[in-house]
Amino acid sequence: MTARSATDPSTATGADGRGHPAAPGADATTPSTHADAPTRTAPPGGVPVLEARGLSVGYDREPVLRDLDLRIERGTVTTFLGANGCGKSTLLKAFGRVLKPQSGEVMLDGTPIRREPTRSVARRLAILPQSPVAPAGTSVLDLVMRGRNPHQAWARPWTAEDADVAERAIAATGLTEVAHRDVASLSGGQRQRAWIALVVAQQAETLLLDEPTTYLDLAHQLDVLRLVRRLNREQGSTVVMVLHDLTLAARYSDRLVVLHDGGAVADGTPQEVLTPAVLERAFGLHARVVPDPVTGAPMIVPEADEHH
Amino acid sequence: MSAATRSPEVVPGRRGVRVGPVGLAWRPRVLWYTVGALVAALVLVVLGVAIGSTWIAPATVVRALLGAEDGPEGFIVTTLRLPRVLTGALVGLVLGVAGALTQTVTRNPLGTPDIIGVTAGASVGAVAAIVLGGGSYSVSSIVLGGGIPVAATIGALVAAAAVYGFGWRGGVQSYRLVLVGIGVSATLDAVTSYLLVRAKITIATAASQWLVGSLSSTSWSAVWPLLVVAAVAVPLALATSAALGTGQLGDEVATGVGLGVQRHRLLVIVLAVVLTAAAVAAAGPIGFVAFVVPQVALRLAGTNRPPLLLAGALGAVLVLGADLLARSAFPWQVPVGIVTTVVGAPYLIWLLVRHRKEMSR
Repeated sequence: MTARSATDPSTATGADGRGHPAAPGADATTPSTHADAPTRTAPPGGVPVLEARGLSVGYDREPVLRDLDLRIERGTVTTFLGANGCGKSTLLKAFGRVLKPQSGEVMLDGTPIRREPTRSVARRLAILPQSPVAPAGTSVLDLVMRGRNPHQAWARPWTAEDADVAERAIAATGLTEVAHRDVASLSGGQRQRAWIALVVAQQAETLLLDEPTTYLDLAHQLDVLRLVRRLNREQGSTVVMVLHDLTLAARYSDRLVVLHDGGAVADGTPQEVLTPAVLERAFGLHARVVPDPVTGAPMIVPEADEHH
Repeated sequence: MSAATRSPEVVPGRRGVRVGPVGLAWRPRVLWYTVGALVAALVLVVLGVAIGSTWIAPATVVRALLGAEDGPEGFIVTTLRLPRVLTGALVGLVLGVAGALTQTVTRNPLGTPDIIGVTAGASVGAVAAIVLGGGSYSVSSIVLGGGIPVAATIGALVAAAAVYGFGWRGGVQSYRLVLVGIGVSATLDAVTSYLLVRAKITIATAASQWLVGSLSSTSWSAVWPLLVVAAVAVPLALATSAALGTGQLGDEVATGVGLGVQRHRLLVIVLAVVLTAAAVAAAGPIGFVAFVVPQVALRLAGTNRPPLLLAGALGAVLVLGADLLARSAFPWQVPVGIVTTVVGAPYLIWLLVRHRKEMSR
């Protein structure tokens, strides 16, 4: 984990309701270690929310990630980047205890996640997998209410609080108008927001989002990322996500982790991580990195084609 | 959406009751259809007992059912006709519930208990008992003790365990379960066919009659085991209802919201297998009930999965109605399994045609 300064905007998580992303230009001045050499200095916050210790994980017998150490600090927005098949989703699934590691351990609040009852984990950690499918006939409300599952017990099914929380999650994602519609009848953007509402209704401190912007047009991608940012700012949520769009990732994340060849090849603030050298190595991409004209965050511009 | 403006509903948009901070919600449409189906099943029970070689007035039937009728009509009702009708009602109930369970847990309308190997296993067990024990009271009939129902139950449980075991790969995936189930069922059906081909013609005929599913030779000894299984497994199935709804969202989402997916799936499959095995042991494999009834319940209720009680009540209605038809509409007795299949197969085709239209629209 990269050392953070006390002025890091991501740690200012008071309920001041700042709905806009802080100018990440401030991050550019943050003193920190070199991107390619993540340090393991103890952060000021103490125990990290999530930690991978010597994690090897993959499908069948072949690990996609090998012996990975990674800490996720409380109240930050972290995005995993990398080429297709690099293991971003795999890592997210391992963090969300949806995929069992081949070796190593995932720690949640300092205790091994696999030793905790899954319901207790679900009250602290929510995961939204890539392109989930709701059965036909499921209304937005039906779907979002499922997020209350970890807070319910066999003898205590629905409470007024559950209903309240679900309604607020639906309102926060702008779906109040379509709350009783079938999820299948919604537009792609609304559908994705309905799933995000489920995760919001779960009221877990940490959210793991696997490509929450897939299939969305740019305006809806921004909607989702602004919502994520707001949850982080207003409720102090810790967010870990997988994104494909490097420029959007830079704009809405405190920290980027680039995965390549079984491990993390770059880890730090967007300015530290998104360099032509890292892009070349992790994506085989020849690109320039320029400050985006609006926020000053790194923007990726591919080099001109060599052949015309 | 502040607390001040919140409606008194337990779950927004649903009817319900609330005791203190705890609420229980239901959907009116599901409730009314369930009540309607239960009433229809009760009417069919009375009619089923009333209609036979001698007509017994429904009022007399009701008196006899309440134990207030002595004499020959009381005997006909309670000893001769009631076991058959009750078996039919219970078989329909448990098959409807079992089908709703497996279709929901496999997220597949074709994911009936038959596909998990229960029926094929029960058939091998029963046919083996009939063929190997045929005629003479040989070693096999002594070993099998309880006879055909026990052999069918053992076959069903062993086959289901095999499907689950072969489907296991660090956990059981629904899709894999269905594929393995089809493979195991096909193998077991081949064994059944072999036994039938090898058997003497009279014995093979007896076995074939069992394979069609029939209520004609049921007595109280068939009712009790079925009643006990239903009384235990149906309430347990209802208790898994909330988890079924969560599990339906897929393994990753369900795990994410705190459902122990593998444990839940095992429990649901065990319940479905036990319910189906009990039904098959009592009346043979009555075709298509576990497949058709949950799909009808799903469409009537307009929910995202078949409501369990509605599926059970409709199952009872289908089997009771089919048995009534089989006994009264033809000059000879038709096994109930043929009638349910004749009703069920066209429904399957209609469902597929309609689905195709929906897809192309």
